[in-house]
Amino acid sequence: MPLRMELLVCGGTGCQASNSSRVLEVLRESIKEANLQDEVRVLMTGCFGFCEKGPIVKVMPDNIFYVEVDEESARKIVREHVIKGRIVEEKIYKEPETEERLPEQSSIPFYKKQIRIALRNCGKIDPENINEYIASDGYMALARVLTEMTPEEVIDVVKRSGLRGRGGGGFPTGLKWEATRKSKSDVKYIICNADEGDPGAFMDRSILEGDPHSVLEGMAIAGYAIGAQFGYIYVRAEYPLAIHRLRIAISQAREMGLLGKNILGTNFSFDVEIKIGAGAFICGEETALINSIEGGRGEPTVKPPYPAQVGLWKKPTNINNVETFANVPPIILNGAEWFSSIGTEKSKGTKVFALAGKVNNVGLVEVPMGITLREIIYDLGGGIKGGKKFKAVQTGGPSGGCIPAEHLDTPIDYDTLNALGSMMGSGGMIVMDEDDCMVNIAKFYLEFSCDESCGRCTACRVGNKRMLEILNKITEGKGEMEDLEMLKELAETIKDSSLCGLGQTSPNPVLSTMKFFYDEYIAHVKDKSCPAGVCTELLKYYIIPEKCVGCTACAKVCPVNVIHGEPRKVHVIDREGCIKCGECYRTCRFGAITRK
Amino acid sequence: MIKSIEELKQIRDKYKDVLQNREAEENKIRILVGMATCGIAAGARDTINAIVDEVHKENINNAVVVQTGCMGFCYAEPTVEVRFPGKTPVLYGKVDAERGREIVRRHVKNGEVISEWVLKG
Repeated sequence: MPLRMELLVCGGTGCQASNSSRVLEVLRESIKEANLQDEVRVLMTGCFGFCEKGPIVKVMPDNIFYVEVDEESARKIVREHVIKGRIVEEKIYKEPETEERLPEQSSIPFYKKQIRIALRNCGKIDPENINEYIASDGYMALARVLTEMTPEEVIDVVKRSGLRGRGGGGFPTGLKWEATRKSKSDVKYIICNADEGDPGAFMDRSILEGDPHSVLEGMAIAGYAIGAQFGYIYVRAEYPLAIHRLRIAISQAREMGLLGKNILGTNFSFDVEIKIGAGAFICGEETALINSIEGGRGEPTVKPPYPAQVGLWKKPTNINNVETFANVPPIILNGAEWFSSIGTEKSKGTKVFALAGKVNNVGLVEVPMGITLREIIYDLGGGIKGGKKFKAVQTGGPSGGCIPAEHLDTPIDYDTLNALGSMMGSGGMIVMDEDDCMVNIAKFYLEFSCDESCGRCTACRVGNKRMLEILNKITEGKGEMEDLEMLKELAETIKDSSLCGLGQTSPNPVLSTMKFFYDEYIAHVKDKSCPAGVCTELLKYYIIPEKCVGCTACAKVCPVNVIHGEPRKVHVIDREGCIKCGECYRTCRFGAITRK
Repeated sequence: MIKSIEELKQIRDKYKDVLQNREAEENKIRILVGMATCGIAAGARDTINAIVDEVHKENINNAVVVQTGCMGFCYAEPTVEVRFPGKTPVLYGKVDAERGREIVRRHVKNGEVISEWVLKG
């Protein structure tokens, strides 16, 4: 009997964390109880991207998009929707402003401006079933390349498409392939860099979890183009689900002869192996990654020679990131012109961004290059949480920078973000509101870089540490104006004298916050105050006499007993002994306690 | 083992159907089957499965079969509505499995409205 209905349950890490595996079981059980298992199927797909509202359950062909589904509502969906055709209204996404229920995925603002190329199959197919990938034209690009195109023609298409590396640097993919093709060697390698390390970025994980075959196909095409017969996927151990699905995908592709010897009856052979990394940020840097695969320390080496000339096991090696590979099959199938018609003059196609921080719709979005930050944050992201004021958006992770409100209308691509002192990076996008202290944010990213510096270059190893010490001093109210000069000097030195991308970019969060939010640094140093009220050491708690009713609540919670006053009379904080824990501030029901 | 591009295409075409339900295209023909309590009691489940089966057999790939709630024609259940994009919907009454198959063949596939089964509201 042909299926009349399918329930697609998100099986990404985000939704699984909010119990989607259990939701899937409940749906299956309830459908079995109703004896509908032959007409209605429940299956697990990859990430829908709308992680904020997970677990997601999409009912097809009805095209109804349910959000925040729990066990109970899963039963209700079967009882009402599957059996009786009645939509379960309360689990339909509600537009916060108009309070309108939007049952179709495509009408939800989060999806409206998205163009899904790299994520084309995520949330649509079962990632553990190769037939579903093939049914959506999977491996057709590889087939076309192997039977109709020369390696040079493949490289030419990728070059003309304008595809640039999606892992951070933005180097033109076609040029990289060409360079590796031109290197003479009997053995060459393809490496897929899946060592996604930026805090908050998870697009590569979602692609590996939701559409692993697209990456394998992209790698095989690259292998044909440069003349490699073997590829490695370097993925971090923190991604167990991605590794699990990759393993399934590789074994299915081998069984079907889409990986291995003489693929599709041609002379081309290509196979792939997974290499699991321990999760060091530095191993996302290509030379450090190569060292790690070879069993050495994850430390970068001097470039040139580039991996295209001397790479893994001293052989020419082409390294691209997960998202880059996932873009390759559609480019081959639809043509370079199709891809280059999307995006801006120098940045073609789409980019996946991981939207996080103080924004209403946290999740994964794939948008055309050239979209503005405002569109991403306000149209797709649904604006700032709790109606607060936008302060900045951090792009590019610890190597990126903070972009303030006045640049919200900049069309974003590789070059405009660089011009703003930030970068595309792997596509992390963390939104900050008026309650975030920019000095503290810079400190957070610098702490990350200090932890993750491999220690090879003195400037990065020691310099970042010194910068962090200065920032600690400033946030504790012990900063002086000379410290700010010192920060700048250190930052420039570290950028100039570090070997790899980590050191060359680690001062960026400090430099960009100093550029755009210098007044906050001044407030910390000169006025010894934190305007956002974040840096504990700088806070001073006061009781506003007019508002205090003398309820004694604050005095009761104060752990150091420095709040004095008679019941029903105005209380006073003795700031001498105050440890600035903020308990009184959180306890007062009359808004009588203020901090500055 | 897939040995040629032709074999790959065969697999693609074999499983294409599976994914067809998952394409949300607005310009598809929608076949709505009333599946409220009254509809189910009158045999709407047999009807919907017959329609799905027939759509499949006839290789119709521009139509989706969707169930819907009560349309208020309890005396004429099961009811089936056929909506061509941009046209007035046509509502049929007392559609059993056999009538369902015929609606697919004549109306959905060939565009012929079967007027004697049309419900007049």
